[in-house]
This record gives sequence, structure tokens and C-alpha cells, in this order.
Amino acid sequence: MRSDDDWGLSRLLVVFLVIINCMAPAVTKAGDKMGPLIPKGKGERCVEETGFMRRNHMELLKHQRDETLYKGIRTKRHSLQECIACHTVLGPNGRPVTIASPEHFCNVCHAYVAVTPDCFMCHASTPGSSDPLPSGDSNEGK
Amino acid sequence: MSTRCTCAETCQQAGSVPRRSLSCTTCTRTTGGSESTKTVGTMVSRRCAITGALSAFVVSHGVFLLLSKVVAAKPADQSVSRTIRWGLLVDVTKCTEGCSSCVDACREEHGWTGFGRPATDPQWIRKLFLKDRATGYAVSLPIMCQHCEFPPCVDVCPTGASFRRADGIVLVDRHICIGCRYCMMACPYNARSFVHETPRNQQPHTPRGKGCVESCTLCAHRIDHDRPLACVERCTELGHQALLFGNLNDPRSDISQRLASYASVRVRPDLRTNPGIYYQGL
Repeated sequence: MRSDDDWGLSRLLVVFLVIINCMAPAVTKAGDKMGPLIPKGKGERCVEETGFMRRNHMELLKHQRDETLYKGIRTKRHSLQECIACHTVLGPNGRPVTIASPEHFCNVCHAYVAVTPDCFMCHASTPGSSDPLPSGDSNEGK
Repeated sequence: MSTRCTCAETCQQAGSVPRRSLSCTTCTRTTGGSESTKTVGTMVSRRCAITGALSAFVVSHGVFLLLSKVVAAKPADQSVSRTIRWGLLVDVTKCTEGCSSCVDACREEHGWTGFGRPATDPQWIRKLFLKDRATGYAVSLPIMCQHCEFPPCVDVCPTGASFRRADGIVLVDRHICIGCRYCMMACPYNARSFVHETPRNQQPHTPRGKGCVESCTLCAHRIDHDRPLACVERCTELGHQALLFGNLNDPRSDISQRLASYASVRVRPDLRTNPGIYYQGL
């Protein structure tokens, strides 16, 4: 037979879990160890809703790459170049960091979820035309 | 020889036999049942003249509108069009020996700097020096991907990575290139390179990666933004004027008019690849 005390404890536990659940995103945003600290982009908001971008950015990029390569469509909205330009992270030397750096915008999340993006085996991971630089510079290993 | 008439009725009145019963046909008159034909002479009636003038107006303005559509820059959100065939004319009489400014410009634009190893370094464009031993006539010319209408590289590619864009530019889709290098063997112009070593400092508009085949893109990224090709721009800046770029499908373009006025050749026409690169004075 269930007593009133048991019922009260169960309710308390549910309330406690709900409170913890609500607090978790706030803790993540604060840059705690519970999630990656995502650098802010230059613009006010992303080209799509943030949650949508987190789940679907790879699909948008894949679609855009074929449109650009095969049809010559070079719109900026979903272009990798524009992503890179907006989400630049500057290094200690004041220059944009490359994908070799753990602080690179893509790396922050991809390292956290242990998924290696292979875009930057070919694509530039810094905005603009990079000047020919001597070996050992910040663009090494791009 | 025959006289064009826009009105079959008039032709019949003049005693000739129109080949087709509809208007705007070529009229011929048979003489004595023989197969030989003679020119009927001027038979353009007033009605014909008016309709002719009207159709000429419509045709000329239609062509003008069509051409202005072709010449105008492509909006960024629209696909490249089959109405355009990009081509390049190399005037070898103006190309000087020892000058490699087009090669340098291409290298800087696309970042395909080598590692000092000629056997494996990429080479999108190179200079050739040719001399006729019998006469001593020597020429210097650049050679690159010839952007064929029937490209052998596209025929042999097992993954479909080699393809021809609607406006005639032959490209490699590096996302699906497996680096088998069949295209390099198939290309009669030795125009393609394999990336043997990890590239560094790629340009944002030219992604390059180890293990893929690459070649001249005819600066597709510049064409899409209505900018001149890197090699053409440099050659023109230096005053050599040896390279002329344009739309081969537009009879009013500079390249089409030059091709119509002067003799030009293409490399290995016997292979029937119909290249988009023409050479003048070769």
C-alpha cells in the first residue's frame, strides 16, 4: 500500500528533475564543462534559425556545393565562404585561426561530438585570399 | 540560284512553282520540264515587301534581344546557360618567347604553386616553344585544358567527377573524384595534373586537395562574376593582347568576329573533340 509520504517524495523528485532539466541549457551557455563554448558570429543572427543550422548545416552546404559547381550559382546565403567569413575566430596574432586550431568555429563543436569535417582538406578554412605564407605559419596544416 | 519570296501566291502568279505551299519559301521555275532551274527574278510584291520588312524588324530585334540577354552578366542565382559557349583565342604571333605572365597569373589566382619537383608538381597552364626545322619558323604559345565539346576525360571518368558545364567549361568535381587518373591518360592535350602533395594556403575560390585531378577551370569563378580570366587579364595589362576571351555562340563578340576574319586552328582537330581554345598564327 502506497503512503502519502511516498507520493510526496515522488512529486518532489519530479519537480527536482524538471528544475535540473531547465537549468542545463543555461549552464551550457555559460561555458561550463557540460558543452562547447561556441564563438559568436559577426552578424546579428545566422542565415537560418540556430537550431536548424546545428542540425542541417551540412545538408545546406552539400546542396550549395553542387549548385555552385554544376550550375555556376554563386549566391551567398548558404555558401561555405560566407560561413567562414562570418564565423572567423582571431588568433593571438590577430589573424584568423585555421582548422588546425581547436578554437576554429567548426572545430569547437566537431571536436566535442568527435566528428571530423573533411571540407577543409580542400577548402580554405580562413576568409579572403590567403597570401602565400612561409611554412610554419598559422596556416600550416590547413 | 533562286529568288526568295515571302508570298507563295505571288510566285504562282508569276508562273513559278513554289516548293512549299506555305509562304516564305524559295521559288523556282522549271523550264520545259527539264530539271534545270532558272532565277525567276524580282517578284516581291508590295504585300511581300511589307511583310518582309516586318519580319526583318522582328527578326533583327529578336536577335538583338537574344544577344543582349547572352552578353549581359548572369545573375548569381541563375544557372549557367547552354546559349553560351566560352572560348579563348590565342594569337601566337603576339605571344613572346620567355614570357610566362599568363602562367604566373594562373598560379597566383589558383594557388597551385609547386614544390620544385617538375615530375609531380601541378601544372594548369604551360608555355610551349615550337620550331619548324625546315623553315626555322618558331612560335611560343600557352597550352591548357582545351575545354572540348566532346571531352575524352569526361568519357572515361568512372565516377562522373569529370563533367562539362552547360556553358562549355570542363571541370572536375573533387567531391567525387577518386584520383584514378584515367582522365589524365585520355586527355590528348596533357592538360590535367594530379595533386601528389598536400596543398597549403588554398584560395577560397579554388579548393584543392591531395589525391584529386585538376586542370584549368577557365576561371569559372570569375566568369560567374563577370570578371576576365586571370591569364587574359594579366596578358592584357602587360599590353601583349595575345589572349582574347569571349562567347563563341555570339556572332557579335570580339572573339567570334576575329575568328571570322582570320585563319585559326585548334590542336588535334582530327580527334573531333571540338575544343573551345583557338590558336591564330600557328
